[in-house]
Amino acid sequence: MNFANPFFTRREWAAFAILAVLLILVFPASVDAFRLNLIGKYLTYAFVALGLVLCWGYGGILSLGQGVFFGLGGYCMAMFLKLEASSPENTAIQSTPGIPDFMDWNQLTSLPWWWEPFHSLPFTLVAVVAVPVIFAFIIAFAMFTRRVGGVYFAIITQAIAAILTILIIGQQGYTGGVNGITDLRTMLGWDIRTDEAKTILYFVNACLLLGCLLIAQLVKITKFGRLMIAIRDKEDRVRFSGYNVAGFKIFIFCFAAALASVGGAMFTLQVGFMSPSFVGIVPSIEMVIFAAVGGRLSLFGAIYGALIVNGAKTAFSESFPELWLFAMGGLFIAVVMAFPNGLAGLVRSHVEPLIGRLFSGLGWGRTAAADATPAE
Amino acid sequence: MIGDYTYYEFSSILAMQAFAGLILFSVFVMMALGLAIIFGQMGVINMAHGEFMILGAYVTYFTSIFFEHYLPSLFGIYFFLAMILAFIVSGALGMFVEWAMIRHLYKRPLDTLLATWGLSLILQQFYRSVFGAREVGVTLPEYLLGSISLTDIIEVPINGLFVMGLTLLITFGVWFLMYRSGWGKKVRAVIQNRVMAGAVGINTKMVDRMTFGLGCGIAGVAGSAFTMIGSTGPTAGQLYIVDTFLVVVFGGAASLLGTIASAFTISQAQSTMEFFMSGSMAKVLTLLTVVGILMLRPQGLFALKIRR
Amino acid sequence: MTKDTKSPNLYTMNRRQLLAGMSAIPLLATMGGPLRASDFPTAEVNKTGLAVTDDKVTVGILHSVTGTMAISETGSVEAEKLAIKQINESGGVLGRQIEVIQEDGASDWPTFAEKAKKLLVQDKVASVMGCWTSASRKAVLPVFEQYNGMLFYPTFYEGLEESPNVIYTGQEATQQIIAGLDWVAKEKGAKSFYLLGSDYIWPRTSNKIARKHIEDKLGLKVVGEEYYPLGHTQFNSVINKIKLKKPDVIYAIVVGGSNVAFYKQLKAAGIDMTKEKPVLLTISVTEDEILGIGGENIVGAYACMKYFQSLENDNNKEFVAAFKEMWGDDSVIGDVTQAAYLGPWLWKLAVEKAGSFDIDPLKESLPGIEFTKAPEGYVRIHENHHLWSKTRVGRAKDDGQYEVVYETADLVEPDPFPEGYQ
Repeated sequence: MNFANPFFTRREWAAFAILAVLLILVFPASVDAFRLNLIGKYLTYAFVALGLVLCWGYGGILSLGQGVFFGLGGYCMAMFLKLEASSPENTAIQSTPGIPDFMDWNQLTSLPWWWEPFHSLPFTLVAVVAVPVIFAFIIAFAMFTRRVGGVYFAIITQAIAAILTILIIGQQGYTGGVNGITDLRTMLGWDIRTDEAKTILYFVNACLLLGCLLIAQLVKITKFGRLMIAIRDKEDRVRFSGYNVAGFKIFIFCFAAALASVGGAMFTLQVGFMSPSFVGIVPSIEMVIFAAVGGRLSLFGAIYGALIVNGAKTAFSESFPELWLFAMGGLFIAVVMAFPNGLAGLVRSHVEPLIGRLFSGLGWGRTAAADATPAE
Repeated sequence: MIGDYTYYEFSSILAMQAFAGLILFSVFVMMALGLAIIFGQMGVINMAHGEFMILGAYVTYFTSIFFEHYLPSLFGIYFFLAMILAFIVSGALGMFVEWAMIRHLYKRPLDTLLATWGLSLILQQFYRSVFGAREVGVTLPEYLLGSISLTDIIEVPINGLFVMGLTLLITFGVWFLMYRSGWGKKVRAVIQNRVMAGAVGINTKMVDRMTFGLGCGIAGVAGSAFTMIGSTGPTAGQLYIVDTFLVVVFGGAASLLGTIASAFTISQAQSTMEFFMSGSMAKVLTLLTVVGILMLRPQGLFALKIRR
Repeated sequence: MTKDTKSPNLYTMNRRQLLAGMSAIPLLATMGGPLRASDFPTAEVNKTGLAVTDDKVTVGILHSVTGTMAISETGSVEAEKLAIKQINESGGVLGRQIEVIQEDGASDWPTFAEKAKKLLVQDKVASVMGCWTSASRKAVLPVFEQYNGMLFYPTFYEGLEESPNVIYTGQEATQQIIAGLDWVAKEKGAKSFYLLGSDYIWPRTSNKIARKHIEDKLGLKVVGEEYYPLGHTQFNSVINKIKLKKPDVIYAIVVGGSNVAFYKQLKAAGIDMTKEKPVLLTISVTEDEILGIGGENIVGAYACMKYFQSLENDNNKEFVAAFKEMWGDDSVIGDVTQAAYLGPWLWKLAVEKAGSFDIDPLKESLPGIEFTKAPEGYVRIHENHHLWSKTRVGRAKDDGQYEVVYETADLVEPDPFPEGYQ
């Protein structure tokens, strides 16, 4: 056993097992297809939250533009599905059959060249991750090599989110505008709208999420992860030690973008459309709050945070539609003011000692010292 | 002849366009000044800035209703009273927020962003529940409407002139407060070295609270003035927030002069481009240029060089 | 399907329906009142497991009560609740009282889809009144088609859609636009137009149709066309451009908060709409929007739509009085609010004609349904699920109301896929 750097502590293995059982057995067994699909939708946000834990909690980089990457991933997937849904037979009533309906409405008579490759599924799957990552790289490279950080970075990512939204809405002939890309039907002939398909997609989504969790954990426990914490806490000292700080930051930002893009693609598949309302500022900030509620230093917390906040949002808006904003706002403030380490912090300080006493001697790992310090 | 227009027409439009740019400039300065004080001087990001502006607009609305019903003879001057009230109400709320929330978060600037975002959600829903979901129309005194015609083409909007005048006044007031008054000296001392400022007997907590209150109060006045040119509804504050942040960041956060310079640059760029292309594209290009320049010069146009 | 095969169908449809209607009148008279639930056993009227019991039927209302769209959608919710209350007071639908489950779309399209699915799958509602923006309708459309629900959609919109699961109670673009343009060309002698809109599908599609009509059918000139982002608040530059081009008509499709900024700045820039030229013609400002704009800022502008609160007919007077009684004397009613009011009534009439709440018989009974008590006057559902309706032009007064200055002689046929305008 690698004593210095175990992949998971026993405590974390237990947490992972609980999460896996919850996602793969408990949820599917206990709720109907409609609610399961909803949970699947929430879990797509968990991908973003995972990325934010790494990039914000461990790297100290607060991005208010994660919606951009979520959206780009989702749009790539939506373009593929839309092309499949716009076969010449399905679109026979249009003046130009074979192109997506919104293009026809905007007098486009042929498919733009950059839509063409999205006829291919392998290309699309690569693009889902590659497009957001390249975009993230450009932003991160420009910013981090010039040592922009903290609040500035947050606001600039926000501005980028605003720009992209305006662009997508303005170029509606190519992007579907404010409506987004809607009415997606099949994937390689497989109808994604049926309840069975949705259930299968849920499992795919859950397994992907668990996989991403493991990869994120891998990033976290390696030397790389330690260095990220060092950069967060004293960037200059790491730089003086001869490390290329910007390179590390660029990597972690791109990695978070890749996670977000996977979430976006899964969202498109499960919900059946993609719209610019995910790219903007509001959803981007909401995604940060998922990570904050779960605990900005806990990968598990991120997933629970996404589940709980969204579940609460749905429950609240079903019973008190006019009050849920109060609850959401109150939650934001409470988490920031009273529980900066979120749910994971509460579990660590209250629940785990209890379990530890019950199972003392079974080797429950102690919290790593670095994790315990709050961000900034 | 230039294109289809005579030289006379063209020059008139050029003048009008310059004036439109100046109005936009004033609007930007007014939006950004309050934020620049809070963000630049204190390092706090107030995402609820737009909601403080709308609070000012609602105060104006209720003042106008009050005057219409109880003091119709004095309706002509209500707007000035409304602006003072807006300043007081928004400023008081700002001080309360600082006391209840912000002061616990000075060491975590990114967290103030999340907390004030939560505050903005609460305020929006509060406005909606209390004042109704619909927009309200603020009735303005007759003399603030309409325009002055200089020639048969050039017409100067009175509300634009008013906003410009008000902006000048507020900017001057802020400059005076920050750089020529004893209180301003204290504020600047606290920014430069909080511990030392405390050691020489400045009540740093009170200075923080007053500064935050001042920033929010100016937002309130801006909101009050914007009832002349924009809408008043629960979510109207959101329309301004991105522009406002960009102006402040572009200017270099710690500098009031920078804020004004950046407001000037962005407004002129935007209004010139709007004249030559569609509004949507102009907006995107403006934002892209700003972000592009920020990538090359992240510290903004004017950066204060201080030891961190 | 081409128009040629459509029209005879429609004709026979109407005649058949007329006969059915005539035979129903004596039946009702002998029964002496509203239908009784006992005459329509639940097993008969609800074969697909909808939320219909012996004395109740559940419908959904799905609008934004939070977020930016709450400004516009509040009126629709109010109108739908009024209609449902009136229907319940008059005996309900097939003798059953209507219960409402209201969900909040929160101005967010995915939330609309989620809530629509909840209403259909979990609550099994018999129909849904809801949506406002095109984007929200596009988001819920696949849900309604997949789970076979029925949506009554109240907003005037861009057309290019004809779903068997939606009844569009507002006007589609050609109904609203063409009559207005013809009127302004004929009555005001307009020769040049400046098209302006918020940047999304409805203004763009509408302006596209307007441009085709102006250039191809009327042979007049469009001197400018441009779009501003949703929520834009600075219009001084475009106003300068308008002044430079001196169009006879400013054709404005600005929406939401931008509206307020646009009209206030237009007035401040000295464009006086009470004068002869330029004429400002809008299809996006109802009485609801004027509340925010302020009557004094828009006085003299013309709006082209199918309903104004000031319409002088008995239906409308009753409707306005009932609306004010329920929602307060200050409330105003715009075009969309009235269209939303039609939804529950049209549904009731169709259900009672079909003798069933189930969606499939409902779909068959909907085309041809006539509602004679509509505040806008008589309306009838077309084969393509839109309404035949008159188009009117109103001129804004400073009290926030419109004065109707023109009304088409006949009902205008809805044509969501207009040929020659694509």
